[in-house]
Amino acid sequence: MTSHAATVESVLRRPEPGLGVYDKKVGMWVFLCSEVMFFAGLIGSYVILRFGASTSWPMPGEVLNVPITAANTFLLICSSVTMVKAFAAIEQGNQRGLRGFLLATALIGALFVTVQIFEYRELIHHGFTPASGLYGASFFTMTGFHGFHVTVGVICLLWATQKAFRGGYTQEDHEGVEVIGLYWHFVDLVWIILFTIVYLI
Amino acid sequence: MATIVAEGTGTPVLELEHEIPFIRKYVFSTDHKTIGIQFLFMSLFFLLVGAVLSVLIRYQLAWPGKAIPLGSALPETMAPDGIMLPEFYNSLVTMHGTFMVFFAIMPLLVGVYANYLIPLQIGAQDMAFPRLNMASFWISVPAGLLMLASFAVEGGAAGAGWTSYAPLSARPDLSGVSLGQQMWIISLVVLGLGSILGAVNYITTVINMRAPGMTWFRLPLSIWALFITAILVLLAMPVLSAAMIMLLFDQTIGTNFFLASEGGQPLLWQHLFWFFGHPEVYILILPAMGFVSEIIANGSRKPIFGYHSMVFAIIAIALLGFIVWGHHMFQSGMNPTLAMSFMISTMVIAVPSAIKVFNWMGTLWEGSIRFHVPMLFAVGFVMMFVIGGLSGIFMAATPVDIYIHDTYFIVAHIHYVLFGGSLFAIFGAIYYWFPKMFGRMINATAGKIHFALTFVFFNVTFFPMHGLGMGGMMRRIYDPQQYEHIAGMQDTNVLVTLGALGLFATGLFFLVVFFYSLFWGKKAQANPWNATTLEWQTPSPPMHGNWSEIPVVYHGPYEYSHPEMERDWLAQNERPDVVSPVAHSTADGS
Repeated sequence: MTSHAATVESVLRRPEPGLGVYDKKVGMWVFLCSEVMFFAGLIGSYVILRFGASTSWPMPGEVLNVPITAANTFLLICSSVTMVKAFAAIEQGNQRGLRGFLLATALIGALFVTVQIFEYRELIHHGFTPASGLYGASFFTMTGFHGFHVTVGVICLLWATQKAFRGGYTQEDHEGVEVIGLYWHFVDLVWIILFTIVYLI
Repeated sequence: MATIVAEGTGTPVLELEHEIPFIRKYVFSTDHKTIGIQFLFMSLFFLLVGAVLSVLIRYQLAWPGKAIPLGSALPETMAPDGIMLPEFYNSLVTMHGTFMVFFAIMPLLVGVYANYLIPLQIGAQDMAFPRLNMASFWISVPAGLLMLASFAVEGGAAGAGWTSYAPLSARPDLSGVSLGQQMWIISLVVLGLGSILGAVNYITTVINMRAPGMTWFRLPLSIWALFITAILVLLAMPVLSAAMIMLLFDQTIGTNFFLASEGGQPLLWQHLFWFFGHPEVYILILPAMGFVSEIIANGSRKPIFGYHSMVFAIIAIALLGFIVWGHHMFQSGMNPTLAMSFMISTMVIAVPSAIKVFNWMGTLWEGSIRFHVPMLFAVGFVMMFVIGGLSGIFMAATPVDIYIHDTYFIVAHIHYVLFGGSLFAIFGAIYYWFPKMFGRMINATAGKIHFALTFVFFNVTFFPMHGLGMGGMMRRIYDPQQYEHIAGMQDTNVLVTLGALGLFATGLFFLVVFFYSLFWGKKAQANPWNATTLEWQTPSPPMHGNWSEIPVVYHGPYEYSHPEMERDWLAQNERPDVVSPVAHSTADGS
């Protein structure tokens, strides 16, 4: 009986299997669910306001500069690629690759926000403000909150970059890179949806 | 907080005893137990604030136009000569609802007990993200203080109701409140962020940090309820934040999301608010149901009846909660076909709710019932929840709802589920887990007096409101005597106010008992209720890190009156063959 109890004991002492994914990654996935609902609230409101609008909605390109933002969108997609490259580098234990690609991701992200700020300045200069009708209100609210998320992402990336330069990530332990990557890809994905519904249709 | 398992031995080596400076231990603590207790004190404070506001409301309704006792202490902008202004009354009803829902009941249920119970009941040492946990508390405190401070600014506190319907809330010139309304919005957005961070933590912890042997269907029902509630918070709260931010922009930078005059849609606010608001209702009741399940199983000395159906009922209520929000808006103008579908989905919720009620009764049936104080509150919960649930069916039916919408009938309903439901369960939970939290017992006689008075005064206060509502008394009305059809019911209004005063006095009595027990209560043992779940298998209060050795779980959470045992309870980390080896020889073959 003692031996029986001992085997049961040793079998059960292993922690109860969760998702088989480490805590930070689960946490980020869960948090991103919340972010999805936040943007769903904003985008859903935009759709309802647009279809319920009594006056006609501006055509694509009438107010907004589509080509420049298309280029900006391309930039953001590129930053997702460099993010993947950074993760792939540290998976191989390549510290130089990690540092370079993390820095590149942060810089491209910062460039995206800069272009957005100039776009805002230009629009406001031409009299297109949050107070100028439903289109302006929803445009600035949605793209503004996206820009805010990119900014937060850039700050996190810069923090990760300095950690990488100090050798804070190793081939075995680089959870932070993956978790920030998840967030970054999410922000990128949201932009593709926003670009489509706000600029293109 | 990683648990290091020493190679080969299988015995977890825990890092426990190390000196922690005072600030880190009691103020900026990352220990989930301390954070839970901090939430307890914070939300009891805001519960008191909400209660004071409600007494002022009731005073005005019973004796409109009469000077409030000590009311001359209030500034001219609220109550000149102690007589309450209508604007101040609007702020009172708004802030009473806001404080009670967001800063009292919600943190009491989720902030306190999700923090305190999740790691203890699943056999973890702490939360998955202790520092994030600390942040979620220290985000909630300034949010609450900001809300409280809004009483002091020019124009007073928000006055558009706790639902803040646009355009009243979106245009300062309509409600007469500008800065107060903006503080209300910012406070709730900040609180929402804190709640979301908390929810991320609770969900991750339950998924990833269960003790060995703690499978999903061995989780205590309180954990199931808190887990599903966290998912509701996670998915509903951000929608409110999005709506709030649009409202704030309408107020401050001249957007017009919710202003019809500029092409916006006031109804959009209602949709967004209730898309959050209805899941919120279940955020406020599901944890209460979880605690009541714990307490009723313990007080009946029986396994909970229908454990699996209890779990699936929680999940069903949560899922349905997302597709019924339209029933708050039957009178706002809606396609009748849509109203019909909202009506049906709402009524379907009665099924899982009834499953829970019948399961509680099945648990009580032929149990050897111990009427300890938590049990009294738990049984009180079931009774009051049945009344509140049934009046909810009235509201779900479109034709009835159109008659009683925005009357005192709905005020009665919400208080039967939020006070008679949630708060009764919270009181039960406070009495039940107090020994674990503070290592002392609350005097049982004092607790029974508290229960009896609460039960009586609660019903005196809220039951007559059903009649007031049917008689046509509208919600949020400043002076009921202005209308002939309500003026005749003034005696009922006075009775309700007397009940409310009694309820308030009972609440103060509870606070005295609470703080007395905190310092001078009888020392509690590790397991004063002879309960089975894991938190009772460690000292009261548990040490930093919770366990001297991570427990191993062998069976479900409610093994009371196990047939093969002399003792009438079997803890989750005990095996019957080890506890009573004599009985084991007969059980081994099965």
